[in-house]
Amino acid sequence: MSERSNLRLLVLGVLVISLLGTMLARLFYLQVLEGSEYRAAAVNNTVREVVEPAVRGLVVDQAGRPLISNRTSLVVTVDRLALQREDDKGEAVIARLANILDLPQENIADRLKTCGSEGAKPPPVCWNGSPYQPIPIASDVQAQTALTIMEKRSDFPGVNAKLSAIREYPAPFNVNAAHILGYLGPVTEEQLTEQGDSERWDRLRRTDVVGRSGVEDFYDTQLRGKPGVTTLAVDTAGRVTGTLEEMAPKSGDYLVSSIDAHLQSVVEKELVGAVQRAQRQGFAGDSAAAVVLDVRNGNVLAMASYPTYDPSIWVGGVTQKQFNSLMESDSLASNAIQGLFAPGSTYKVVSTAAAGREGYTLYGDYNCPKKVTLGTQTFRNYESAGYGRIPLSRALEVSCNTVFYGIANRMWEQAGGSDATRSSADPIAETATLFGFGARTGIDLPGESRGRVSGREFKATNWEAQKDTWCKNAVEGYPETRKTDKKLADYFTALDKENCADGFRWREGDALNAAIGQGDTIVTPLQMAVAYAAIANGGTVYQPRVVKAIVDSEGRTVEKFEPKVNSQLDVPRSTINFLRRTLPGVTTDGSGKDPFIGFPLDQIPVASKTGSAQVTGDKVSTSWFASYAPADKPRYAVVMMVTQGGTGSKTSGPGVRKIYEALFGVKGSSIDPSRSVLVDGVPSKKLPTIRPDGTPVIPRGDQSGFPEQAGAGS
Amino acid sequence: MSGSFVADSPQVSSFPTRDRGIGYWRNLDWLLLISAIALTFFGSVLVWSASRADLASETDPQSYLKRHLINIAIALVLGYIASRLNYRWLRAYTPVLYGASLVLLLLPFVPGLGTTIAGARAWISLPGGFTIQPSEFAKIAVILMIAALLSERRDVEEEPTTRDILWSMVSGAAPIAIILVQNDTGTVLVMGAIVLSLIAVSGAPTKWVIGLIGGAVISIMVAIQLGLLKEYQVQRLTSFINPGDDLGSAAYNANQARIAIGGGGVQGYGLFAGPQTQGKFVPVNESDFIFTVVGEELGFVGAALLIVLLAVILWRAAMIAWRADDMYGRLVATGVLAWFAFQSFENIGMTLGIMPITGIPLPFVSAGGTSMMSTWIAIGLLQTVRLHAASDSRI
Repeated sequence: MSERSNLRLLVLGVLVISLLGTMLARLFYLQVLEGSEYRAAAVNNTVREVVEPAVRGLVVDQAGRPLISNRTSLVVTVDRLALQREDDKGEAVIARLANILDLPQENIADRLKTCGSEGAKPPPVCWNGSPYQPIPIASDVQAQTALTIMEKRSDFPGVNAKLSAIREYPAPFNVNAAHILGYLGPVTEEQLTEQGDSERWDRLRRTDVVGRSGVEDFYDTQLRGKPGVTTLAVDTAGRVTGTLEEMAPKSGDYLVSSIDAHLQSVVEKELVGAVQRAQRQGFAGDSAAAVVLDVRNGNVLAMASYPTYDPSIWVGGVTQKQFNSLMESDSLASNAIQGLFAPGSTYKVVSTAAAGREGYTLYGDYNCPKKVTLGTQTFRNYESAGYGRIPLSRALEVSCNTVFYGIANRMWEQAGGSDATRSSADPIAETATLFGFGARTGIDLPGESRGRVSGREFKATNWEAQKDTWCKNAVEGYPETRKTDKKLADYFTALDKENCADGFRWREGDALNAAIGQGDTIVTPLQMAVAYAAIANGGTVYQPRVVKAIVDSEGRTVEKFEPKVNSQLDVPRSTINFLRRTLPGVTTDGSGKDPFIGFPLDQIPVASKTGSAQVTGDKVSTSWFASYAPADKPRYAVVMMVTQGGTGSKTSGPGVRKIYEALFGVKGSSIDPSRSVLVDGVPSKKLPTIRPDGTPVIPRGDQSGFPEQAGAGS
Repeated sequence: MSGSFVADSPQVSSFPTRDRGIGYWRNLDWLLLISAIALTFFGSVLVWSASRADLASETDPQSYLKRHLINIAIALVLGYIASRLNYRWLRAYTPVLYGASLVLLLLPFVPGLGTTIAGARAWISLPGGFTIQPSEFAKIAVILMIAALLSERRDVEEEPTTRDILWSMVSGAAPIAIILVQNDTGTVLVMGAIVLSLIAVSGAPTKWVIGLIGGAVISIMVAIQLGLLKEYQVQRLTSFINPGDDLGSAAYNANQARIAIGGGGVQGYGLFAGPQTQGKFVPVNESDFIFTVVGEELGFVGAALLIVLLAVILWRAAMIAWRADDMYGRLVATGVLAWFAFQSFENIGMTLGIMPITGIPLPFVSAGGTSMMSTWIAIGLLQTVRLHAASDSRI
């Protein structure tokens, strides 16, 4: 090989060595000599997130009508960092802004202070979000105002007017449904603590709003969607040095409710009507609820609670005054799923089922005297009516208490009478549990009550919890009360002495009361509807639900909820058949007859049971009307109740009739399914269509639930 | 019945595989092989550290590492095959390989096949999310082609003829032109260095060598002046000069890279513990900016070790070139030496702020299947040159 080639290779070698040397030298300089400086720079290198919230999903009814939607509102935001760069720290900009928005200047200044900083007002006035996030200072701004701001960019550095989504309640058919829909509120400290120091981009942030009640709460994660997050690299001076990551927001999913807005509006109207009927009779009628279930799958078609509130008052933050009035009226809680009421005679279906399970003959005759005396206590029939020996079916029709007293008494004695223990047989309580009483139905709404089934078990556990108080009071003898009322103190003391000694005992009187839904048993109206639906469908206890499917914002099905069975009633087929044969008689010839006079019962037989539950402290009974129809081919269960409402038949019954009229399209005695409030006369099997732009397709014309608008496409 | 057949056939091959086998393993450059393997696995630890931060929320944060290890396995097999290639066969088929590599280089322009990554349309997309970067194979093809052209008449003449040199330049210019159109500036620079080194070491007249260096410098300056390069390319090329001035994306990358390496100090933050690396402040740190990972997490100790391993490989390549028994072997080894040296310097240099930012991988270390494979094929070629010289010297 030539000398020249060798020389050149040598030169190349030297060049390579110098390259390597350069790298090592530079490395040494950066890492060893200047390392500490760069280390400080690395520590100061931080990330900032700019969050664009996702559009929250809509809630539509079973026909596609929006129950909750979003409305755009022009919101003016201010970027604090841009103001800081102004020579006067943005004071002039704030002054101009105050002028154009017609707001006090200090009002805007207060909004721009971060919570906890010097001179900041307490939340929600101060800003508790990220300082890198534009701060909203005014919403529902006039378009003209927004335009002025956008045109004079140089006068308003860092000020932006943009459309953002806020919650709206379109209320088809003027429906309220507040307790089903719920409302939004700022994320709580507990929720933030719960997720720990999650770094996930879709985590909850301090500025987020979340569902606080109703489906807004229960399905919060699905409705919320995922926010758009831009991660910026920021140096010590707060200057943005680069964009590390960009995530586009993903709109929240839509809920398809099983509720029908039209039916719901009828139920709400009839519930108020029932309360007014109670009040016309001179009763308080202070709270009420109504539930309509599809007995074949547990779907809630309508569910109303009285008193109620306007869900839109929560939009944009509720004022202290509004909040106080909500608390005063007690309208926040849903009486349908949270209220607990003595079931009264509607509970007799449970006692009948218990008798059937215990092998009592259902087709034999039972004695129905005016009253039963037990020691010093007297147990009477309603209005002290006596019917002599009657079949059990007749006892249900006329709601004879003494027949069920007799059955309960026999059961109590068979279980051992006074000598029975906690674990002795307790057929009625056991059967009540089978129907789902004393346990949450599992409806997809938050805050549901359990209720309570009176029985041996309840007495025993209750005594364990209370005995210390009882025994203490029995010894002390109510010294405070004694000062003013010796007689009352004596009565209390005697009661507590007895309770302290054997309050755990399931006494005969307890057993008798339990058989007719009195005493310690309390239920929710929803539980009652589920129980009657189970009788109607032949023994399936469904888990009720108000949301039947989740679809995404482009209408693709995310999840379709199949009916969920809580249990199959462990009640003999013959007993359920007995109830199904008997209950229509209540409407034709029994205590439920009056409200259904003139109703075409021959074509649409209605199975029902009335209840007028006595409540300690209330002068007037709780009015119950539990039912299902058509009795020969059950489809709907309807339950209505009014506290301090009087009898079931007088106060609630007419409301239930109106609901059936609306469901089946009954007018006078004629039936026309096309008049039904339900489109096509039945709950829709298909899911409503969501257009690619995210708007749901709603029924046409009168069925839309909205006043006809000129040029409205749907 | 069948047993008799087995007993009956003691046919021993007359092919001297055993002998050649022993020679192969004995004459292999073991230091080169061990250094290259060490650097490759050192690199995979760094790829692991860089990619697990990106994949932290995925179900399998190790998925990227697994793919990298599969690429390494394929690369090792290809390297072994290359080291087993017959010298004469290689020379004979070089024009075919070269032609094939040109076709491959053009494929990214075919709609539906090409993929643009970081502004460079230099990738072919394959089903299953895999991509091939043909310019990596083009480096090997150019080395083999020019080595063949410049060593053809070695026995008669002292230096290559003008004709040889011109042909060599054309052979180098064709792929360089295509890669230039693909916007892959970094690879163009490396290819230029390879072509220049080959012509120089072939013993070409000094005027040629000086002329070529001058021409390269002038064409780079003209390209910038006439705005032939896109703005981002200029910005990338110049941002290293005044990194504090503008905090645009190129300068941002350069700045973050230097903060990462500088912050590593002597000992480093420890593997998986570098705030710049794990915080994803440095872009593409599993590939182009992988050197920032070793710099930050393993400090000067680790980074210097990486450079030392590279130095050993370069030293072995230079020695193979020096001891090659013919011009063809010397030029093949020289080409690989120039390639590894300049590409490593450009890649590491840009993270240290002494070279412009371009998108080329660090040989052996960066993630990227095509780069890993071509690198290991080059190691195989170095071994072939060495084995050829050893077998000749034994005769």
